[in-house]
Parts: sequence; C-alpha cells; structure tokens
Amino acid sequence: MLLEMHDICKDYPQGREVVKILKNVELTIDEGDYLAIMGPSGSGKTTLMNLIGCLDVPTSGTYRLNGEDVSRASENRLADVRNSTLGFVFQSFYLLPKLSARENVALPLLYAGVKKRERLRRADEALRMVGLGERLDFMPNQLSGGQQQRVAIARAMINNPKLLLADEPTGALDSASGHQVMDLFDELNAKGATIVLITHEPKVGQRAKRLRRILDGMLLREGEGGGENG
Amino acid sequence: MFENISLAFQGIWGHKMRSFLTMLGIIIGIASIITIVSTIKGTNDQIKESLIGAGTNAVTVQLSQDGSVYDMSWRGVPAGVLPITEDTRLQLADLDNVVAVSLFCRRQVDSYASDVAYQNNSYSGELYGVDRDFFTVNGFRLTQGRGFLADDETKFRKVAILDSGACSTLFGNASPVGELIEIKGEPYTVVGVVERSASSDFVIESIRDYDMYADTSGGKVFIPLADWPIAYRFDEPQGVVLKAASTDDMTRIGQQAEDLLTASQIADPNSGFSYKSDDLMDQAAQIQKLSNATNNQLLWIAGISLLVGGIGVMNIMLVTVSERTREIGLKKAIGARKRRILWQFLTEAAALTSIGGVLGVAAGVGLSQFIASAMGTPTAVSYPAIAVAVLFSMFIGVVFGMIPAIKAANLNPIDALRRE
Repeated sequence: MLLEMHDICKDYPQGREVVKILKNVELTIDEGDYLAIMGPSGSGKTTLMNLIGCLDVPTSGTYRLNGEDVSRASENRLADVRNSTLGFVFQSFYLLPKLSARENVALPLLYAGVKKRERLRRADEALRMVGLGERLDFMPNQLSGGQQQRVAIARAMINNPKLLLADEPTGALDSASGHQVMDLFDELNAKGATIVLITHEPKVGQRAKRLRRILDGMLLREGEGGGENG
Repeated sequence: MFENISLAFQGIWGHKMRSFLTMLGIIIGIASIITIVSTIKGTNDQIKESLIGAGTNAVTVQLSQDGSVYDMSWRGVPAGVLPITEDTRLQLADLDNVVAVSLFCRRQVDSYASDVAYQNNSYSGELYGVDRDFFTVNGFRLTQGRGFLADDETKFRKVAILDSGACSTLFGNASPVGELIEIKGEPYTVVGVVERSASSDFVIESIRDYDMYADTSGGKVFIPLADWPIAYRFDEPQGVVLKAASTDDMTRIGQQAEDLLTASQIADPNSGFSYKSDDLMDQAAQIQKLSNATNNQLLWIAGISLLVGGIGVMNIMLVTVSERTREIGLKKAIGARKRRILWQFLTEAAALTSIGGVLGVAAGVGLSQFIASAMGTPTAVSYPAIAVAVLFSMFIGVVFGMIPAIKAANLNPIDALRRE
C-alpha cells in the first residue's frame, strides 16, 4: 500500500470558531492506481490535496505515505518527502518565468542535490517523454498553455515520484490541450505511475480508474454521490 | 551555493534600473568612505614623508642633559663625556639598515662677538663642524663651488661652506666662493654654498622644538670637523646623524644609537647626561592622530549613509519577496527546504550590496583622484580599506537582507501558491 489515510481531520480557526474542513477521511491508494477525487468548490478537495501532498499536516488522524508516518513529520522532512516521493501538477502550471523549459524541469533535482550536468540530462529526457524534445530551451512565455502544462508534468515526473498529484490540471486549458494532458496521464499510468487527480469536471474525473467524491469535508465511498454532483 | 550566486546575479541583471537605484545608497556610502580614507592616508603619508623622512631618512642623535639638548655654546664642553671615536662611528654604521653615519659639532655664534665675519659684516647663526658626508646625509644640495674633500680634513685646511642664509647675510648678492671670512679670529676660504631641498624646509617649519635645524635668520656656516679644535680649542663630544634605509627604520635606529652612545661615551651614568634621538616618528604620530580624529567624524557621517543604503536594500528585498511569493511557494512545494530559500534571498541581498560596494570603491577612488588633482591635497589608495569596504558592504547585505529572507523562508507554500 502506497498511501494510507486513517481518520484524518483538518480544522481551520476562522475568527472565534473552528471550521472543520475535513471530517474523518479514510483513503488508501495502491501503487499503479489512478484515482480521481471530485467535488464542488468548498468541499475540501484542495485541503485534502494539500494533506496528500505533504504541504500541510492534519489536525488529527494518521497518514502513512510510502511506509512512513508523515502526519507528524517536521517541516524539513516534509520538504524532503515532497521532493523525493511526490510530483505536483497545478492548475496554473507555476513555471518560473525566467527559467527555460529544461531549467524549470531540472529544478527539483537541484533540491535533491544532483549535479548540474546530470540534472539537465534528465530534464531533457523528461521533456522528450512529454513530447517537448524540440523545445528544451524555450522560455515559458514562448510555449502554449498545453505545452506549459506538459513542462510542469515533466518537472513533476523528473524525480520518479511514487505519487503524481494533479490539482485541476486541465482547468486553465482549452479542451484540445486538456485532452492531450489527460492522454499523457493515461500514458504515464500505463507505464506504472500512481496518479491522484483532483478536479470538479466529471469528464476529467471519469478518465481515472477509480473515482471518489468529496462533499462537505467528507470523502464518500466509491460509487456514492454520483447523482447529485455528476 | 554557486547556483544561488549566479541566480542572484541573474535576478539583479533582470532588474537593472531598480538594482542600481537600490545600490545607490551603498555606492555613495562606500565612495565617501573610500574618499575620506584615501585622503587621510594621503595626508598621513605626506606628514610622515615631509616631517620625518624629507626623502633623507636622517635621524639625529645628540647629547642631552636631563632630557633637553645640551648646548655647548652656553655651557661649555661637558665633563665626563668623551668625543666619539672612529671605532664607535663604525659600530653605529654597522647597525641594521644604517646607510650612512655623519658626525658634527655645533655652536651658536653671535654677531656682537664677531665669531664669524666678512669684512665689516658679522653674522648671527650657527657654526657647524662637519664631516664630508654631512651634506648628503642631511639632504643639502651644493649650489656653488665644491663640498669638503678628504684633503680638507687630513690637511686641516681652513675652508668653509655657507648655506644660502649665511651667504646672503655676509655677502648679499655677491658670490662668496674664493672669498676669505674670519671664524674665531682665523681666516677661512669659502669654497661652496649649499641649500636644503624645498621639501626639507618643511621639516624645519613644522617642528617647533626641533632646534637643531631651527632656521635662525643668519643661517649656517660649515667648516671641516677636523678644524673644530682650532676654533674652539678642545675636542668636543659630537652629535651624530644616521641615514636610515627606510622611514620605518628610523625610530629603532634612533633608539639603538642612543643606547650605544650613552653606554660608550658617558663615563658616569648618574651625571644626567645621555644621548637622545629626535623622535620625529612620535611627533608625526601626534600630528597624524589629530588629523585622524577629525576624519573619523567624517567616517561616522559616511557610515550613516551606508545605514540608509542598507535600509533601502531591505525595503527593495521586501518588495522582491512579495513579488516572488508564488516562486517561493512553488520552490517549497517541489522540495526546497526553508534554509535554501533563506540563502537564496540572503545571497541576492549580499550580491546586490557587494556590487554596490565595488562600484562605490571605483567611484571613491575616482573621486579622491579628482580631489587630489583639483585641490592639490594628497591622496593615497588604501588597499586594506578597499577590501574592508567591499566585505563590509557584503555584510550590510546580509544584515539588511535577513528580515526579508526570513520572511520568504517562513512563507507557507499553500498560501504562497494561492496568492496571485
């Protein structure tokens, strides 16, 4: 089992009150899985994504990732886990505008302490894998949205992460580019990558192997809640 | 680390105008400090050179009693003090970095006594008995006639050399060479005229109590040291002038010569007699201290502009951090530790102020050269000051970059990514 969340709760103080964003979440993901988490805005899906992505720690409950309990890990440890075990794809790409495509892709390896020559070699490889081998030295503003997102996916994959986390990866793309990105996810999953996709678009969610819905901070079991939010 | 530095320079280059304006405070502060330090050093070098060295590096050691120079004009030949022998002279010449040794005797002469006279003109001033090296060691230049020869000494020739002051007192505008003057009742032939180089004259004016070179209205008349007993009937204990290889040797040579002469020449150590060197280094140090004191205040004022510059850097770095919130959030999300973000911004701030420091040094050196040529005040580039200035500007970057860097490092990646 790659990921195991048990009884996860997340509270945020809001003024004097405490708002319960996530309530008793149970989630397990095996290697090679492709899971979509769907829910309307405000349902807590971004908070869940932050917890899965080790960007935040739960208020209560346990979270084991790759055999390690990360629910109480230190800030530095979480940074290392994000670097070595996870890959992130965001809705608005978050490429650094002053770095070329290959430099953007190579960035996580910098934090992993890989030598520059090796970093760039692997970045080129990753960019070829996402079909951008011809645009290694392009700056982000010279690339289309779909291409930028593929650069971001290459960046997420460069560390050979155990888990690829995508937060609304097609949200900023036209449908053709969105399809390309989703095809790429299928391809990666077919090669063995474990993917968690967070979205509010049913068309996107349905392309995953498994689909779970989240509503009002509660993660529903598979197959539940389809009618209302689908 | 290297990665950080090159990224920092890219960042600075990417915002040329803003970076330059941010650096301006540092540039001005460092430039004014370099200018002030250069001026201080130039002035100090000038004081040291013209006061002590005068290009001659001459240390004078004379007999003293109870701390002040013993003047034989009024008090006669001292009892229990021996004349300096050739042996002792050679010992002095053997001291480290002594280039030349010259012996001399000296007395005041008065016109009413007609000690020194030419026809009806008599002369007030100083009479010296000197060896042949005296003129070169003390930086005198021959303007007419010749200097003393070996034969003048061995044959006890009655020859005299005048300085320009004595020359004009006795001869007016006429040429004295070949004329006979009367010294202590004996006729002497004038063979030459000497004068000090211009920079040496500064020596005389700047030291009030340096009476050996006190420029009396009459000036100086020189006769061979060998002739001294003819004029004054006794062998007198001489003074010594030692020429040092460099200005920095002068104090040590003076002290060694004092010890050597006091031990060898003075029979009774309790007589109150001793040999004293003119400690010009000490006097120069005092004058330098005075000029340093005023300049130090200027340095403090220049320091304030550095402070202002540092605050400017902090301000811009804070702006940079909030502009780049998303970049920081992304970097943290993909695994950058806090410390790495901290270093990134500290490096950038330090790079910014270091460039400012280097530009400031260049501006300061240029400015001090300009001041030197425009106002005629001396400046000298101080390399330690340049190194300190650049390091210090780097330090300012680290200090004032600290708050923005900590702010960046502590950003929460979730909030940072969400901010547009």
